[in-house]
Amino acid sequence: MDVLMLSRLQFAAATMFHFIFVPLTLGLSVLIAYMETRYARTGDEAYRNMAKFWGKLFLVNFALGVVTGITLEFQFGTNWSRYSAYVGDIFGSLLAIEATAAFFLESTFIGVWHFGWDKLSPKAHATVAWLVAGASNLSALWILFANGFMQNPVGYAIRNGRAELTDFWAVILNKYAWLEFFHIVPASLLLAGFFIIGISAWHLLRKSNTAFFLKSFKLGVTAALIFSVLTAVEGHIHGNNLSDTQPAKLAAMESHWETRKNAPMNLLVIPGEDGNLLEALPLPGVLSFLAYNDFNAEVTGLNDIPKEDRPPVVLTFLSFRLMVGLGTLFPLLAAFGWLMRNKLDKYPLYLKVLPYCIPLPYFALWAGWTVTEVGRQPWIVYGLMRTSDAVSPVGAGEVGFTLVLMTLLYALLGAAGIWLMVKLAKKGPEDNSPIQV
Amino acid sequence: METLMETGSLHYYLAMIWFVLWGVLWTVYFILDGFDLGVASLLPVLAKNEADKRAMYNATGPFWDGNEVWLIAAGGVTFAAFPYAYAQMFSGLYMALMLLLFTLIVRGVSFEFRSKVENQGWRKLWDALHSICSFLPAVLLGVAFANIFQGIPLDETGFSQAGLLGLLNPYGISGGILFVTIFLMHGALWLCIRTTGDLQARAESLAVKLWPGVVVLTVLFLAYSAVATKLFNNYLVYPALFVILLLPVAGLVLMRTYLGAKKYWLAWASSCLFIGGTALFGVIGIFPAIIPSNPNPAHSLTIMNSSSSVLTLQIMLGVALVFVPLVIGYQFWAYKTFATPLTDDDIHY
Ligand code: HDD
Ligand code: HEM
Ligand code: HEM
Repeated sequence: MDVLMLSRLQFAAATMFHFIFVPLTLGLSVLIAYMETRYARTGDEAYRNMAKFWGKLFLVNFALGVVTGITLEFQFGTNWSRYSAYVGDIFGSLLAIEATAAFFLESTFIGVWHFGWDKLSPKAHATVAWLVAGASNLSALWILFANGFMQNPVGYAIRNGRAELTDFWAVILNKYAWLEFFHIVPASLLLAGFFIIGISAWHLLRKSNTAFFLKSFKLGVTAALIFSVLTAVEGHIHGNNLSDTQPAKLAAMESHWETRKNAPMNLLVIPGEDGNLLEALPLPGVLSFLAYNDFNAEVTGLNDIPKEDRPPVVLTFLSFRLMVGLGTLFPLLAAFGWLMRNKLDKYPLYLKVLPYCIPLPYFALWAGWTVTEVGRQPWIVYGLMRTSDAVSPVGAGEVGFTLVLMTLLYALLGAAGIWLMVKLAKKGPEDNSPIQV
Repeated sequence: METLMETGSLHYYLAMIWFVLWGVLWTVYFILDGFDLGVASLLPVLAKNEADKRAMYNATGPFWDGNEVWLIAAGGVTFAAFPYAYAQMFSGLYMALMLLLFTLIVRGVSFEFRSKVENQGWRKLWDALHSICSFLPAVLLGVAFANIFQGIPLDETGFSQAGLLGLLNPYGISGGILFVTIFLMHGALWLCIRTTGDLQARAESLAVKLWPGVVVLTVLFLAYSAVATKLFNNYLVYPALFVILLLPVAGLVLMRTYLGAKKYWLAWASSCLFIGGTALFGVIGIFPAIIPSNPNPAHSLTIMNSSSSVLTLQIMLGVALVFVPLVIGYQFWAYKTFATPLTDDDIHY
């Protein structure tokens, strides 16, 4: 394999692994801050115990999120140095602002949060929890400005042989980045909701700490319901936007080949890189509606996009189907739980299924990023720089070696982390007393 | 590499300010992460039992993550202010940097992982990883920065393929040894502040023993630098700059004096002064290059040919002026609230 392919694999592995932990941090931090606020307001000890129990799981997840993020911060230099040199004027400043405005806040106060249970008043401690949650989500916004620039470059001019910043506000007001942010934040809250109800269901079935987990379940299922609906609605707006910004991606997402009006969405498609092998069960006009909110609009097909500018179709298509499929399932699953929240003991099958649903939102998030990133190919910065021109002049041997090492390391750490979280989750909240020396 | 600016232009002064800030960020990083890397490296040396180990983890527990963000900020600022230097620094030092990242990853999770399972084997494993993966970053940072001081073989496009073995030259290795020793000393002083009883006594006697080593290694390194690098060139042109050397010298002397007087906070602060002065000395030595090229200085990556545009540098300066004082403010508060001698209530790991 050449350096380009290896670097892409390495970057994909590093980001995908980082993004196992990111969404839970984003979502759970907010829910924990909410629990603490309830405790500070009402003095109800149950909320304090909830914040502590879910907080313990949160900390393990957070640690893995932090360490995998550091790799990414430097990987632009190590693996994509030509890219870094070309767009660093814009892209680098966004990463630097993310660090100074968000990471410092989040990392300093996570320490305060962890060690401050006995040193701070409940109100101060709840404030610290909100600082952590706010800073995490703020960091997401800044990194998405960076990613939004790669998806839809704005506010720059080519000077001195590179892209230089000309309009900072354009970069900050980039619609693409905001759409990503408002899709990912609810998706993360939805994921945190399913995380909470999955674990709660496991305990409810076994009748351990029933009151505690029922309270957690209700909070979790409400979050899951609200945010799964918001995610889906926002996803549709996101899709609308693509018809202007990246028509090739839109066409690949639906494996849509012929440019036409009243374009259908085929329920059954066997996609191929040069045309569909099978198309059946069309819903007339639905694709036109998804893309333009108009059943008669004309949607560009892949046949009208030069081959060298097309993204990999099959992967983009399948990932999109997976995300949307799951995105339809989540509101249904959550709505059922919410409606039955006071008679859950009558539905043991539902409780049995929920723990297995914990991975599903993760799959949806991964699929979403695959659509976004693979669907952007062959561009690293859409329309401006090709991925093949971006790679560092390092040896394939070095990249291959570190790729293997990184995969091994991540596999081990991931396994240990998940094992630890499962263990802590099953143990339940009983040992909330301070750890003895 | 073409020059992007004229000497004396607004662009030039902005780039110069960013060069100074860049140096300051790396310096603060060494000062802050230096002690927690040092404490962790000392784990097998100083901890006699489980209680000692827990005390050592908790001595740095509330701070290490916030400290490490200075590394992320230093990296981010290199990217934002000097993108060509960032591109070169991190692809040219590819293997060293990847190893640094891997060790930092393992070290970061070890804090959370070790305490959560009460099993001897599990804890032994994470203790070992924790100290190895704190010791190695100290060495690697030293090797990397010594190589930068010495200069990296760059071609006319500003790229190099130094490789890991190329970095492990005698001067690079001497930098690694110096960094580790300084961090160990810095960590031992921190333990004096935060621990009590036997552990504190052991940390103190270790600090006393390490001190002469730090002095000798620093002098040797400076002498070696005079031979192996061009670090002294700026000083020979502007001899007044030599006053900077007073900072590390004062730091060393005060460190020992306060240690003798058992004023641990002041001893640690003197160690900060020493590290800061040493780093500043190196940074001024390489100016105006961020990555000097060796053997051909014409290919160096300097503030003139590697900087961002005027607009980016201005925006970043605004951001830094607002946020860095804020960060310093709340980190100071966190240190004040949590850096007290450990009691049983403070043991969370
Ligand atoms: C939408 C959200 C999002 C996305 C797309 C990314 N991250 Fe991330 N990152 C976070 C959201 C986040 C977070 C929620 O803020 C984390 C995750 C867990 C954590 O502790 O903070 C974090 C941590 C984190 C850290 C450690 C910060 C610390 O020490 O506190 C770094 C250096 C990065 N990230 C860098 C990156 C880079 C360079 C990315 C681009 C490829 C990236 N992240 C994608
Ligand atoms: C954390 C969420 C993200 C995930 C899961 C993700 C996923 C991916 C994947 C799978 C690839 C490989 C695509 C391919 O090789 O075909 C990729 C490439 C890339 N992505 Fe992302 N990405 C994420 C966020 C980001 C962000 C926020 C940025 C920029 C700030 C970014 C920048 C890049 C770059 C530079 C590449 C390399 C070029 C390429 O191979 O396309 N990614 N990403
Ligand atoms: C039925 C509902 C959904 C629709 C219509 C939808 C639509 C979209 C669209 C059009 C994109 C954009 C691709 C791009 O601009 O490049 C996207 C991206 C993404 N989706 Fe979804 N989505 C849905 C549900 C979900 C769910 C349930 C999740 C996760 C739990 C999710 C996670 C993501 C992620 C992480 C991305 C990549 C980041 C981004 O571009 O925002 N989506 N989605």
